[in-house]
Amino acid sequence: MATGNQTQDRQGLTLIAPPFLYAVLVMAAPLLTIVAYSFLKDGYLTVIREFTLENYRAVWADPIFHKIMLRSLGVAGLVTLVTVALAFPVAYFLSFVVDPRKKSMWLFLITIPFWTSYLIRVFLWKVILGYNGVVNSGLKSLGIIEQPLSFLLYNVNSMVMTLAHAYAPFAILPIYIALEKIDRSLLEAGRDLGESRAMTFWRVTLPLAMPGVVAASLIVFIPTIGDYVTPALIGGGKIPMIANMIQSQMLDQDNRPMGSALAVTAMLIVAAISLIFMAMNRRFLKVRQ
Amino acid sequence: MSTQSSAAAYRARTATAKPMIECRDVQKYYGDYHALRGIDLTIRSGEFFSLLGPSGCGKTTLLRTIAGFEDISSGVVLIDGQDMQGVPAKRRPTNMVFQSYAIFPHLTVAENVGFGLRRDPRSKAEKAAAVEEALAMVGLKGYGNRASHALSGGQRQRVALARALILKPKVLLLDEPLSALDRKMREQMQVELIKLQRQVGITFVLVTHDQEEALVMSDRIAVMFEGQIAQLDGPEALYAHPTSRRVANFIGVMNFLPARILGESATGVEVDVPGLGRVEIPAANISHADPGDEGPSVGFRPEAVSLLGAHQQTGARVTPGVIDEVVYYGDMTYYDVRLDGSAGFDGKARPVRIAMRNVFGREVQDVGTRANVSWSPGSLVLFR
Repeated sequence: MATGNQTQDRQGLTLIAPPFLYAVLVMAAPLLTIVAYSFLKDGYLTVIREFTLENYRAVWADPIFHKIMLRSLGVAGLVTLVTVALAFPVAYFLSFVVDPRKKSMWLFLITIPFWTSYLIRVFLWKVILGYNGVVNSGLKSLGIIEQPLSFLLYNVNSMVMTLAHAYAPFAILPIYIALEKIDRSLLEAGRDLGESRAMTFWRVTLPLAMPGVVAASLIVFIPTIGDYVTPALIGGGKIPMIANMIQSQMLDQDNRPMGSALAVTAMLIVAAISLIFMAMNRRFLKVRQ
Repeated sequence: MSTQSSAAAYRARTATAKPMIECRDVQKYYGDYHALRGIDLTIRSGEFFSLLGPSGCGKTTLLRTIAGFEDISSGVVLIDGQDMQGVPAKRRPTNMVFQSYAIFPHLTVAENVGFGLRRDPRSKAEKAAAVEEALAMVGLKGYGNRASHALSGGQRQRVALARALILKPKVLLLDEPLSALDRKMREQMQVELIKLQRQVGITFVLVTHDQEEALVMSDRIAVMFEGQIAQLDGPEALYAHPTSRRVANFIGVMNFLPARILGESATGVEVDVPGLGRVEIPAANISHADPGDEGPSVGFRPEAVSLLGAHQQTGARVTPGVIDEVVYYGDMTYYDVRLDGSAGFDGKARPVRIAMRNVFGREVQDVGTRANVSWSPGSLVLFR
């Protein structure tokens, strides 16, 4: 059987070789370049090939970095919370209420926002929330306000709203899949053993849906931290997040080593938080159904 | 194999028992589909009762209406004298063992068994002791800390049993609990379930499509077809005196031969059966329901007759024939025998199946040899 396994192994490796090479080329190589840059010295408009830890020292000592990193984490955390909290009822409805024959249609409807570019969707929020936007002109024509509200746009709230909307499908789908996997007789067993529907949800459905919730949280949290477009458009460029800071170092100030050090540091922080989050939920993640 | 008590012992046990479950003209519709068509049923306290039937006959629906997972369209369901109309599953004195066992995968064995004890006023230590006791009762002592996914099929079933029994229900409902187990395990669990039922004294209601399982375990069996109860009887009565061809066919194997009715007397009905000749069927063996499309027929079980050598004779009536087919099972041999003259009224040959135990010294007969079939009128059932 050993030969058989070897043949199988070789077949498997051959099969994954092209995408693997592609991934190395377009993901690992740029990533390694960034890591390499972060240990090099910056000369004006050039990079000096000399090893240094100075960039990291500067990053950790920089109070602006602290502020922007904390803001990014705060916004991403808030977006994750809002998105998952709103996505769960949708996924629950989809899994438990919708007629099985209509589920694929509903899934299709949920993916419709993806038909429009992310940039355009973010821009549309600007149209909705803007000084002369849909909300303000609507309220004005109803006579509720006289002057347009200025607090709708260019702040953290509007960023959270935009990002939560943009990432909603990403959160709905993993939760939906986790809910679909739950054997319905488990819920009947919960009620048969004397629990109400609400308690059965708390004691059976939610724990079993947690792998989906964890996946949804990470899928929303990780890209949101590095989001560049929303802070630029909805935040008006006045409330930068970490991606904007990296961009400014890399391009505006042409300090590639510093920008790289920022990027690597942010990446490590996100990785650490994700690992801690998964460790906190490991009880739910190792459940085999 | 039969571990169950004789009919007499069962009567002694339940003679004074009060009704535990009463169904009165229970109807259930799913849209246009008529799933339960007027179920009338009384299940006595302490009884091991089975609902037996092919898939889609409504047996699981009936069980689920008793458990409270399905509303009934009309009729009455009483449990221990209480009308269950509007009583949700969580407040019914029933607990269920699900077909898939429905073991909570995120909880340990002990947490599964103790699931229903959340509102129990006892202390944590007392509850833990109760869980351990329930596990011991189903033979899983010391398994409490195991993860539920590490259990085998049989163990999952035991956990499901312990989880239901720890709540001391008045009725335990079992939905095809053995269908997922392999044959050996299934036979072992059948015996264990019977013992457990005697031990706890709770009314068990079992749903199964396996007639052997129902015969082995039950005090009484309701055979269901198309949302109706076709026959309700003890296993022995059901097997020996089926009231319709359909029930006879569903429970075990029965041979059917066409019959012509010649006359009736106080003691029975005289019939002419091609191959068997003129026979008087005793009055107790006559079924008036559902004769089938082919008119009256007599039926007999493969083991109710026996196969003799060509020259052997016994006191019973003997009919000669030719062996058409031999199926060897190790402990048993099945013979398909074409009785002389059995082609009968319409000229169609109807070989009859005869089961013989392969006792020491009895040789297995060959295909094509002539043999004598010995039978007695008392083993025939007339469907007219």
